[in-house]
Amino acid sequence: MNKLQSAKEAVAAIQSGMTIGIGGWGPRRKPMALVRELLRSDATDLTVIAYGGADVGMLCAAGKVKKVIFAFVSLDFMPLEPGFRQARQAGAIEVFEIDEGMMLQGLRAASWRIPFIPTNVGLGTDVVARNPELKIIDSPYDDKEWVAMPALNMDVSLIHATRCDERGVCEIASPDIYMDDLFARAAKHTIVSCDELVPTSHFADPQVARSVFWERAHTQSVVHIPGGAHPSSSDPLYGFDVKHFKAYGEAVGAGEFEAYLNNHVVGKSEEDYQAQVGGLDAIQALPLPAY
Amino acid sequence: MSEAASSYSLAELMVVAASRVFDNEGEVLATGIGLLPRLAASLAMKTTNPDLMMTDSQSFLLSEPNPVSGMKTHAGQANETWLGFRAVFDNVWSGKRHAMVGPSQIDRFGQANISALGGTYQQPKVQLLGVRGFPGNSISHGNSFFVPQHSTRVFVEGECDVVGSIGYNPDRLPKGYTFDDIDVRQVITDLCVMDFNGPNRQMRIVSLHPGVTEQEVREKTGFELAVVENLGTTPAPTQAQLDVIAELDPLNARSKQLKDNPPGDRR
Repeated sequence: MNKLQSAKEAVAAIQSGMTIGIGGWGPRRKPMALVRELLRSDATDLTVIAYGGADVGMLCAAGKVKKVIFAFVSLDFMPLEPGFRQARQAGAIEVFEIDEGMMLQGLRAASWRIPFIPTNVGLGTDVVARNPELKIIDSPYDDKEWVAMPALNMDVSLIHATRCDERGVCEIASPDIYMDDLFARAAKHTIVSCDELVPTSHFADPQVARSVFWERAHTQSVVHIPGGAHPSSSDPLYGFDVKHFKAYGEAVGAGEFEAYLNNHVVGKSEEDYQAQVGGLDAIQALPLPAY
Repeated sequence: MSEAASSYSLAELMVVAASRVFDNEGEVLATGIGLLPRLAASLAMKTTNPDLMMTDSQSFLLSEPNPVSGMKTHAGQANETWLGFRAVFDNVWSGKRHAMVGPSQIDRFGQANISALGGTYQQPKVQLLGVRGFPGNSISHGNSFFVPQHSTRVFVEGECDVVGSIGYNPDRLPKGYTFDDIDVRQVITDLCVMDFNGPNRQMRIVSLHPGVTEQEVREKTGFELAVVENLGTTPAPTQAQLDVIAELDPLNARSKQLKDNPPGDRR
């Protein structure tokens, strides 16, 4: 089965009111070209589940988001994500704020097709107190109370992989897969963008096959976009673009996010975007961060 | 141990005080969030507790801590175990970890906040990070706090605006739990070291940094504090400790962490 699509064809699967999950972590390996395509679309009223970075921030700033399910939205070196911060401080979005590990549990429950996973995480905190949808249950095995972390089911997930074949086999060559496999499994429909499109024979090497973390039945759409994680990183191919994140932050801070959108996204192709930010060679030359 | 150094910065005093939190923790993951806490965890691993485990802040455990400044690449570092972010949660929930974090607010119960300040939950005045891993950390393993500027803005009079971590609050204690299930260990500030071993787990002054008075600590704290008997002075770093710190921080990034880089001894 050939699952190769253009970004526009792929993102057309996202309808207003849907719940979408976005892989990656903060400023790292985010499917930003797919997010830009979503920004160009007329889909709105979205519920977004993510270990959030500028993906969540830009969608919030563009007014696409009804609700965010999150543990953080941060760019690490810029701790406070500007678009998300502005939307929160305007009271513009609903939130379901959970612990980072609870998100893993919710994705796991969805991927296993069970309604919840019991956990002690969240007890005694505002995660429980402020989220009436989070139920506290008794255990059949002990006398303690437990949080029933609900399955985070979603309509569509967006993921950025290092390499894919057109059948939807996805290699994550980065040292960390984050929760990407769980997003792929939790979603009814998964769209994966990749830096490199490879023949199926690429995966014959057992070391490469060990970097494939979900089977292709969970990938419905493959989009080949070299540099498609920009301005986030795609380790080991390129680092994140500190300068671009800062410029985006300044635009939001100055109330000029619309100008950012007009300059980089709306009415522009991904080629236009990459030309705006210095070209694909410049993206691929961005150094990996060292901590 | 060598003798106390004659000259040291407040940042170095705080790092050494913070490193003591890890001395008797055994074989756990030592997580210091922020440059000075990370330096503290690294110092402990290099001196008092070589059994500690340490990450590269990305996806690997290291047999030797990386320097906290001057890192240009992770290539060639002393990897020993893959520990991607999801594996960190397996470690957290196993309890084999002690984290030192720097919350924006800490209340008298040892509850902490990095999520949002002021306003309402639906519309905070200031959105911060979100609760991140605080709920899971606080119910799973030992946690300590690092506070660069001791003030009533951090040590708030009431409860935290958003309670991100469980503390010693009887009204929030889950069914089946006692305070013994919760481990908020120490608080290292620019004024003093505190713990939660006062009556009913009240926050308690353990030592004052040289030149700081008990009165000053009380004035800059939004709630009542207990105090140890025979309140003493936070021990000065030894020259050997300062040498290890300098090795771990070759670019002296520690000198830029506290406003005006004050001396450790303010007498």
